[in-house]
Formats: sequence, structure tokens, C-alpha cells
Amino acid sequence: MTKVSMTVNGRAVSAEAEGRTLLVNYLREGLGLTGTHVGCDTSQCGACVVHVDGQAVKSCTVFAQDVAGADVRTIEGMANADGSLSTLQQAFQDHHGLQCGYCTPGMVMSSAALLAENPKPTEAEVRYHLEGNICRCTGYHNIVKAVLAASGQDVTKIAAE
Amino acid sequence: MPKDGGIGASTKRREDVRFLTGKGRYTDDINIRGQLHAHFIRSQVAHGTIRKIDTRDAEAMPGVVKVFTSADFAGVGGIPTGWQVTSRDGSVMLEPKHPVLAEGKVRHVGDPIAVVVAETLDQARDAAEAVEIDIDELPAVMDMKAAVQGGPLVHDEIGSNLCYDWGFVEENRAAVDEAFKKAAHVTTLDLVNNRLIANPMEPRVAVGDYEDHSGQHTLYTTSQNPHVIRLLMGAFVLSIPEHKLRVVAPDVGGGFGSKIYHYAEEAFVTKAAQILKRPVKWTSSRSEAFISDAQGRDHQTRIQLALDADNNFMALRCETYANMGAYLSTFAPCIPTWLHGTLLAGNYKTPLVYTNVKAVFTNTVPVDAYRGAGRPEATFQLERVIDKAARELGVSPVELRRKNFIKPDQYPYQTPVAVVYDTGNYDATLDKLLELSDYAGFEARAAESKARGKLRGFGLAHYIEACGIAPSNLVGQLGARAGLYESATVRVNATGSITVFTGSHSHGQGHETTFAQVISDMIGIDASQVEIVHGDTSNTPMGMGTYGSRSLAVGGSAMVKATNKIINKAKKIAAHLMEASEADIELKDGKFTVAGTDKEKTWVDITLAAYVPHNYPLESIEPGLEETAFYDPSNFTYPAGAYGCELEVDPETGKVEILAFTAADDFGNVVNPMIVEGQVHGGLAQGIGQAMLEHCVFDENGQLLSGSFMDYAMPRADDVPFYSVDHSCATPCTHNPLGVKGCGEAGAIGSPPAVVNAVLDALHRGGFTNVTHIDMPVSPSRVWQAMHG
Amino acid sequence: MHNFDFVKPSTIADAAQALSHEGAQALSGGQTLIPTMKQRLAAPATLVSLTAIPEMQGVCLGDGGLHIGAATPHAVVAREAKAHYPALAALAGGIGDPAVRNRGTIGGSLANNDPAACYPSAVLASGATVVTNTRKIAADDYFQGLFSTALHDGEIITSIVFPIPEKAAYVKFDQPASRFALTGVFVAKYAGGVRVAVTGASQDGVFRWKDAEAALSADFSPAAIKGLAMESGTMIHDLHGTQAYRANLVKVLTGRAVAAALA
Ligand SMILES: Cc1cc2nc3c(=O)[nH]c(=O)nc-3n(C[C@H](O)[C@H](O)[C@H](O)COP(=O)(O)OP(=O)(O)OC[C@H]3O[C@@H](n4cnc5c(N)ncnc54)[C@H](O)[C@@H]3O)c2cc1C
Ligand code: FES
Ligand code: FES
Repeated sequence: MTKVSMTVNGRAVSAEAEGRTLLVNYLREGLGLTGTHVGCDTSQCGACVVHVDGQAVKSCTVFAQDVAGADVRTIEGMANADGSLSTLQQAFQDHHGLQCGYCTPGMVMSSAALLAENPKPTEAEVRYHLEGNICRCTGYHNIVKAVLAASGQDVTKIAAE
Repeated sequence: MPKDGGIGASTKRREDVRFLTGKGRYTDDINIRGQLHAHFIRSQVAHGTIRKIDTRDAEAMPGVVKVFTSADFAGVGGIPTGWQVTSRDGSVMLEPKHPVLAEGKVRHVGDPIAVVVAETLDQARDAAEAVEIDIDELPAVMDMKAAVQGGPLVHDEIGSNLCYDWGFVEENRAAVDEAFKKAAHVTTLDLVNNRLIANPMEPRVAVGDYEDHSGQHTLYTTSQNPHVIRLLMGAFVLSIPEHKLRVVAPDVGGGFGSKIYHYAEEAFVTKAAQILKRPVKWTSSRSEAFISDAQGRDHQTRIQLALDADNNFMALRCETYANMGAYLSTFAPCIPTWLHGTLLAGNYKTPLVYTNVKAVFTNTVPVDAYRGAGRPEATFQLERVIDKAARELGVSPVELRRKNFIKPDQYPYQTPVAVVYDTGNYDATLDKLLELSDYAGFEARAAESKARGKLRGFGLAHYIEACGIAPSNLVGQLGARAGLYESATVRVNATGSITVFTGSHSHGQGHETTFAQVISDMIGIDASQVEIVHGDTSNTPMGMGTYGSRSLAVGGSAMVKATNKIINKAKKIAAHLMEASEADIELKDGKFTVAGTDKEKTWVDITLAAYVPHNYPLESIEPGLEETAFYDPSNFTYPAGAYGCELEVDPETGKVEILAFTAADDFGNVVNPMIVEGQVHGGLAQGIGQAMLEHCVFDENGQLLSGSFMDYAMPRADDVPFYSVDHSCATPCTHNPLGVKGCGEAGAIGSPPAVVNAVLDALHRGGFTNVTHIDMPVSPSRVWQAMHG
Repeated sequence: MHNFDFVKPSTIADAAQALSHEGAQALSGGQTLIPTMKQRLAAPATLVSLTAIPEMQGVCLGDGGLHIGAATPHAVVAREAKAHYPALAALAGGIGDPAVRNRGTIGGSLANNDPAACYPSAVLASGATVVTNTRKIAADDYFQGLFSTALHDGEIITSIVFPIPEKAAYVKFDQPASRFALTGVFVAKYAGGVRVAVTGASQDGVFRWKDAEAALSADFSPAAIKGLAMESGTMIHDLHGTQAYRANLVKVLTGRAVAAALA
């Protein structure tokens, strides 16, 4: 066990980690931040996506020790400072972009990363960007719609409200 | 416009806030002080005799508390089956024991053999490698037909791999054969309904806790129906009376059927916690889910349709082999029978239908209900054989369907397969579909594709499903070992807010929002004043949970019934307070008035009076305002709809791209359109997934070839288009108070045949007219093979 | 997974030193190694992270073409190689998904040599040089079949040097589940001739389709390969495609890659 320190959602934190401790376990078990989920063991579902130094990564496929000192953001750190939902989170609620909520943290983190580098993505760009995030509930329709809406684009023409 | 928060409004979901901020509380988020971790050691072979299990080295490893084998579960019952099917000859199905941990033999890859319990999960996994297990491998039986023709026995003690041989309607068998002899045309189709893996994104988790001083057990589990688990596990497996067993299903990350069943791991952690006097937690990995969650579908079918000279359907005959896997999962026997054979009339007035289903044991993971359960299988074969018949006869698939539809003036309609449809209008949904999908413009679009070297096709499918499962007396006659009512307790608090305890369960469906909308509408208070509680057997009335699109139709009806009791009692109190006759009291917008006067009491006046009964008719009614109701429906509900798929095939690679998917559904009344549409979207993606991507495949030795997301293709965002969905053609259900029909499974039922019909249409237009069928998934390789192979 | 010690050196020399110990293994982006370790299929005693070594990072023009540090993530290659070698950048931008591209590296991909990986086809079609801490290996010598390469135990890929072609394109046909290449074809046209490398298709891993190279060197157009037939006997057969199907894909995708290179 080694003490591993990093910044998570703006706070300096530290917790014990073995070599094999994955970032997702460090967050969930070490820090009690259970918003980041685990949906697979082959690095494909994206339920675990967080931001490390501003970039989306699969926290199930990174060792905690490998990102010691990094600046990490998780779903718990995505709301506005006053606790209200961010524009992206609000769009997910407004457009019913989630059902069971299990894939949602990863979807929000991946989508936020997309909008940071491409503020007005096309539908195809959103779908392509979310290739590594599997949702079993929504059929993706309302997730894509929510991301487009969060980017300030008009989604009223997209069938079904 | 319905008011926000009331019936008919697309009210935003209140549950979303916790999910969007990482505050959801799923079972894996629960950690109890002192908890141990369980790791299951599972069979790596599909069939074998266990010679030896040596746990000594493992038990000496760091952190290991105990390694369990079946010997530790000697006094424990097997995992029960909730449905009994009777064969054509009157015998009951074969029902082999399903032990919590394998006894003597392993029967599928993934069958649990031993469990290491340790202080940490890593320690348990490390120690698992030190458990020595000797298995003599036996030949595996994989093919269903071989299994019933003298293949190796999955269960030696029952002497056969044929679980049952079911005929329905057996009395019609001869008449159906006769009709086929007289038919002007017979269309025959052999097809496979591909085996699927449900894969809710949250893998299963179970945490067992035990309180020594009181003998109280608690199981936290990822379940769609905690009361069913309490009943099955308590009564049949562990012999724990209900009052000593609490089952909690907190936030659950999707189910799609796979979280209905009682699983060995639940019984294990509950029992192990008692033995070890410490909480025990098990979290499935995804790899484990692939070999331990019940799987879906897996039928091999010959379907035949007989038509007369005017293209009227005369009779339908279906012969199906249905894979049960190695053990009977909780509701497995009823899926290919009562949820399949009873749906084969479809939307059509086919007078005679006969189905024979042979359910077969094989050395594979157990199979049970997966979204739609039985109804997708029925719809697929019916809608495929109709399309094939239309092509053989050279008539339009649209018109052939329309000609044979049950007409709007024929309801209630008695089908030849037991069920009675209460309402419907299939011409309306078909017309709506053709309009929304711009069917008229299709030929022009096909020509444009052709110019680009692509083959465009349009596929149509109509479906009906029986949901709102279901009348208890009926399902009892059909072999169910449980009732299928639903329950609700409506607790009005002193200051007027309301807490509803429902026996239903939400794992993505949004009950917390929609159920509150119903109450808000009925009483006229703001929806924010209503809280919906579900998922804990310690505070909700005995209920059967969520599956079969039953939550609102059955659970919602129970809540309406309880709320009506509340309103009746509140009116009595209001009558007393306003010195009026009860019959004159009206409740509107949260106010009680006396007809013909200006007297008025608010909702809160009444609720306060109920709990502070100073001026109160104590001689005739009790204080308080809390009612429980159980609702048992008198019939199933019958959602129906028309689905259209437009796609392009790349003739060089066989790749299929869905360009548009349109769904015109009749769900009866709709409480929250936004949520209903979301349910359809999700169902469509799963149906498109079945049709184009998903396939659970074992090799001949029983090894799972599609054992991870690397080989089992889940639909991704770029596999599907924006869908066009409509539910305006509503014929409300006639026998439940809300007039609702259920929408959870429709998308997964109607879409697979629409996709496959569209692929075949594209190939025919491209000149590949000798291709009459392609089995799902219509992967690029299979489509290319069909064209060029 | 099994436990291990984790070290993160900052120079190639220190990394080589750490890797010389029994049971030590290199860790780059971890996008292949970590899932493998979860399945307990790899159990190193020490993991030596290569991601903090500045010499192994980045994309720049230099002697012999485009130099890419072995620990450069796919996302960086997708961005920074675009101006110099657009087909290579596009290939990098099509690997996995954004989160995988942010961690996974070119060196890891080449060391692993998955038969369905994308980069090996670019390296082979470009006639690139794999530079290690001890030597330079020509692409034609580097790939030695499924998951096997010319690397010795403990040898570290430090960079890859890609000669820049006149025209090139990579066309990938996704395996529907993993989204790796069911088949992928990289075509690169140099002054000295055309090279065609195929991934995903063969039981022997990435290979050059010499018949197509000859035909395309004579006439760089999709029509040039029309008359060729791809031998299917050595193709992979699995859940996602038969041998005949893959042989067909090789030909179709080669034609499409040529068309894309010309576009
Ligand atoms: C969901 C998903 C999708 C993917 N899709 C694709 C795809 O479409 N196409 C594709 O090509 N790949 C794909 N990959 C694989 C991905 O590109 C990996 O990043 C890559 O194969 C390995 O690179 P890495 O840096 O992650 O290596 P690691 O996982 O860290 O290492 C892999 C192996 O290489 C060794 N190694 C690493 N670096 C060096 C070095 N510099 N010198 C010597 N040995 C070294 C390690 O010891 C290990 O054995 C996918 C991966 C995932 C998880
Ligand atoms: S948990 Fe599935 S990708 Fe990380
Ligand atoms: S909302 Fe359930 S998996 Fe996406």
C-alpha cells in the first residue's frame, strides 16, 4: 500500500492504493465517490469515464498510482458551484437522456469532453464520439438529443419530445 | 394541454437529479461495516463430473475466511421454478434440481462450484487460484435436436433432455392439419431466434447481512421484484420466514428481464452472512454476467402459413424447439409456451393456430425472459412468414396484412389461442406508419440509393403483445406458481403530502415521476407533494414487481384503487365537517365542495382532521388516512403497433445501415409521453440489436465464444438513427382504471422482423431474388454470404 | 488481478534498467495490458510505466520522415500528424473511442501486435522503422505473426519513423462488437512504388498484399486490382466473418483505400 494523492473535483485528496488499485476503485472505495460506475471488465462500456487533466479516460483502465498528482474530475464535480445542474446535466434531464442512470455518469463525462473540444458537434459527431459509452436503456436517441441541445443547437425538429 | 405533473404531461423525471450528480444508490454502492467479499469459482467446462475439490491451501491464504462448496449447503433447497408446464400427454414438465453450488456435476460453463470469502475481493480472487478442482469432462450436449435424440443427459436423474412437449391448442391440431391440406398456398419458413444476453449496464450484485440477536436477514440485491425474491428464497431455498427476511432492491441499473429471477448468488450471500456472522458482498464482473445471468430467446422454429385462394389466412402451424439451458430459471418454462403460443394470432383473424413447443435441456447457461419474452419470438416468425408469403404470391406485404387484420368493429375479439383482445385498431396504426415513414416516397429514395450503388429496402412488421401480466386465476390455471396482482399503500400524511408504497419496482422506467403524476391528477395536489417508495420488502406491501410491461397497468391500477379508497374516506370526513351528505361532496383541484353550495374545505383541512380527529365521525370511521389495495387485472392488455424500417445494404460488404425507423404504437392512454417514447426508443435499440448485432454463441464443447463485449455486439450510438415514434392511435384498455396498456417491451418485439424484412426487400430489389431468409443477426458477413456465398 | 510494484522512470535508461529485472513489464497506455491483467492472463511483478519519459512523447518531422514517440497517445497522433501524414492521423483518430485514444499509445499497439490492430498496417505499408533502445528494426522484419514481434524481452520501442508517402489512405471495416478492424487496409504510394498492408484478416497477422502492390505500382487506380483474387485459405474464420468474407473485404477495402488516397 502506498499513499496516493491527487486533486479530485478541486479538492486535494489522498488514500491508500496498491499497485493494482485502479483509479475507479480509488475513487469508489478509497474516496467513497460512488458516482463513477463499473459496467465491464474489458474497457468497453464507458460507465467509468472521468476526466484526468481535462481528458476523458476510462478509470477502470488506469492505475491510481499512474495518475498520482493529476487533476481528476468525476460526475460528482459536474454541477454548478451553487449545486444546480450544469447546462449539460440539465439537458439530459430535459430531454430524458437517461433511464436507469447507470451509464449516465460516463455519458455525461464523455459528452462534456466532446463539447469542450467541439462546441457545436453534428449528430454524426456526437454518435461517433460516444462509441465507447454503452447505454442499454435509452436507445441513444435522447442522449444524442440532449448533447445537441446542450451545445445550444435547436433540437425541436428531432422527432419525439 | 395537461398540467405539468398531471396525467398526459411530459413531466421531467425527479429521479434524474440524483443520477446526474452521482448520488444514485445502487447495490454496489452499499458497503456494510465488517463486510466480507465473495468470489465464485465457476466451471470452465460445460459438462463434467466433479472428482475433487481441495480448499485447504486457499483457506490458509491471507484474508481468507472460508471457502464454501456444496457440502456447506447440504440442508438448503434448490433454486425453484415459478411455473409448471404440462406436456401434450398430460405429464408435467421435468424439473431437475438446481443447487446453489454444483453437486457432483457441472452442467454449463459458469456453473458455480465453490466460493471464496475473504476480507477483500482481491484476496478472494488470489485464493481462488489455490482451490484445487478436479473435473472429469463429459461430452456436452449443445444442439437441441441432438439433445432429444439420445444425446448425453444434462441431468442423469430425470432420464431425458426433453423438459416438456407442449401442444396448443391441442384440440385444434387435426383441424389445422386439415386446413393445410385444403390450402391454396402454403408458405413454410425455418428460422432461428438468436440467443441473446440481456446485459443491463449494471451487473448483478448481492449483499447479505444477518443480525444474530434477532435472527433478521437482509439481502440487498439488484432485482426487479424484491418480494418475489423474498418469497422464492425464503420459502423454497433457505427456509426463512418472511418476517425474518428483508429484501431491498435500491436503485437498479436496468433489468430487461434478467433481474427478475432468483439467483444462486442471492441465496449464497444470505446464508453465508448467517454462517460467518458478517455481511457478505458479491459483485458480478461483466465476464461473469455473460455466463451467469439468465439469457434470452434461442428458439429453432418451423413456421407455416396456409392461405386460401383469396389470400385469407386459413391456419398457422408452428413447431419450435426452445432452449432451457442447463437448469430451469425462475420463469423459463412459461416463455416459449404461454407467452409465445398465445400470441400467434397476432393482429390477424387466422381462425386456426397450432403450436408445438419442445423445451430442451442443453449444457448452456439457463434461458429465461428477456425484454418481450416469447412475444418477440411469436412476432418474428409471424411477420417473417407473412412477408415471405406476400413475396411468393406476388402481392404487397402491406395489403396482405391489411386484408387479414382483425377489424376495429370486431372487439372484444376471441382469438383461437385463448386470449381475448379488448381493443385495437390495426388499420389505424398501419396507416399512421405509412404516413410517418413516407412510404409513398420510398421508390424514389430506392432509385437514388441505386444510383449510388446501394440497395435500399423497406420492411414492415405489425405486432401485438399481451402484457400487464396478468390475471392470477388465469395464470394459475396455466401453471404459474404465484399470483400476478400488484399492490400499493397510499399513506396520506397529516399535512396533506402523500407517500405511496408500491409493490412495483423502477429500474429505469421512472415510476417515481409517473406514479406521482397519477396521484397528483386524482387528488389535485402538486406532484411535488407525492413521494413514491419502492424496492424494500420491509415497507412496501407484497407485490410482484416489474416486468411484462405491467407497472402502470397493474401497479398503477392498484395505486388508483387505493387512492379511490382514500378519496372516499376523505369525502366522508369532508361531509362530516361541512355537515353535508357524502353524496354531494366533490373533489376537484385539491378542494372539497358541496354541490350547490359555496362550502369548501381544502385537502389539508381534511388530512389534518383525519390525524387530529377532534371534530370527526369516530363512530363510523377510523382516524388516519392510509389505504392499501391489491389489484388483480381481469385480462391482459394488448398494445399493438406498426413498425417500419428503411435501410441500405452495401452489396460489396453486406453492411446494413439503418436510415430510418418508424414506430406507430397503440398504448392506450399515456401518462407521460416523454417516458413512453423513451421506453420505445430503448426497446427499438434492443430489437435492432437482436436483428443486426447481438448473438450469444457457444462452440460445440459448450465454450461461450461471445463471452465479452469484444465479441457480443451491443448497439452503440452510431449503430442507430433518430427514431420516429408515435402513439396517437390510442384505443384505451377497457378493463383497467387508467386505460393504459404498457409500453416497455413493444420496441423490442416489433423491430426485429421489420429490420429483417427490410434487408430481404433490399436484396430482392438488388436482384438477389433467391434469398428467402437470413437468420439474425443479419451481420455484414451473413448478408454478404447470402448474396455471394 | 495480481498485485505488482509500480515504477515510473523519467528516462529511457532508467526504464531499460527497471525492465531488466525478472518479472518486469512495460506499461504504456494500459489499454491492452490492464484488461489482460484483469483476466489474470498477465501477472507482472513490476510494471514500468513509460508515460513519463519526455523523449518518448510527441510527433515531429526529422530524418527519414515523421518521428513519433512510442508513448504518444493515439489522440495526439490524430491531432499532430494531420498536417504531415493525414492518412496516419486518420487511422489514429479511428482507433477505439476517445477515452481509449487519450491513453493508448502507438508503442503499446506495436509491441502488442494484435492481429486486428490498426497501427501495424500503417507501419508495414509505410515501410516505417521501429526504433528501440538498442536498435532500429525495419517494418518488414518487425512483425512476426499474431502477437509476436522482433522485440527481445525488456526491449523498449522508443519511437517510430514513418517515411511520408505521396498518397495514402487507411480503410477500416469495424468488427461489430470490439470495433477493432475486422479487416483494415492501408495503401501508401511512394515514388518507388505502392505498398499495401492488410490487418485483421490473416491468421498470420498483418501482411503485405504483394499482387496488389505490383498492380497498383503500375496503375494507381481502383480498377487496377479488379482482376486480382485474394487467396482465402490463410484468412481468419470467426464469429464475425468467414474466410471468404474476409478475402472479399481485403479486395473491396483495397479498392476503396486507393479511391480515398486519390480523392
Ligand atoms: C475499447 C478499446 C477499443 C480499441 N480499439 C482499437 C482499434 O480499433 N484499433 C486498434 O488498433 N487498437 C484498438 N485498441 C487497442 C489500443 O489501441 C491500445 O491502446 C493498444 O493496443 C495498446 O497500447 P497501450 O499504450 O495501451 O499499451 P499497453 O496496454 O500499456 O501495453 C501493451 C503491451 O505492449 C507492451 N509495451 C507497451 N509499450 C511498449 C514499448 N514502448 N516498448 C515495448 N513494449 C511496450 C506492454 O508491456 C504490453 O505487453 C482498443 C482498446 C480498447 C480498450
Ligand atoms: S467499466 Fe466498462 S469501460 Fe470502464
Ligand atoms: S440509462 Fe440505463 S444504461 Fe443508460
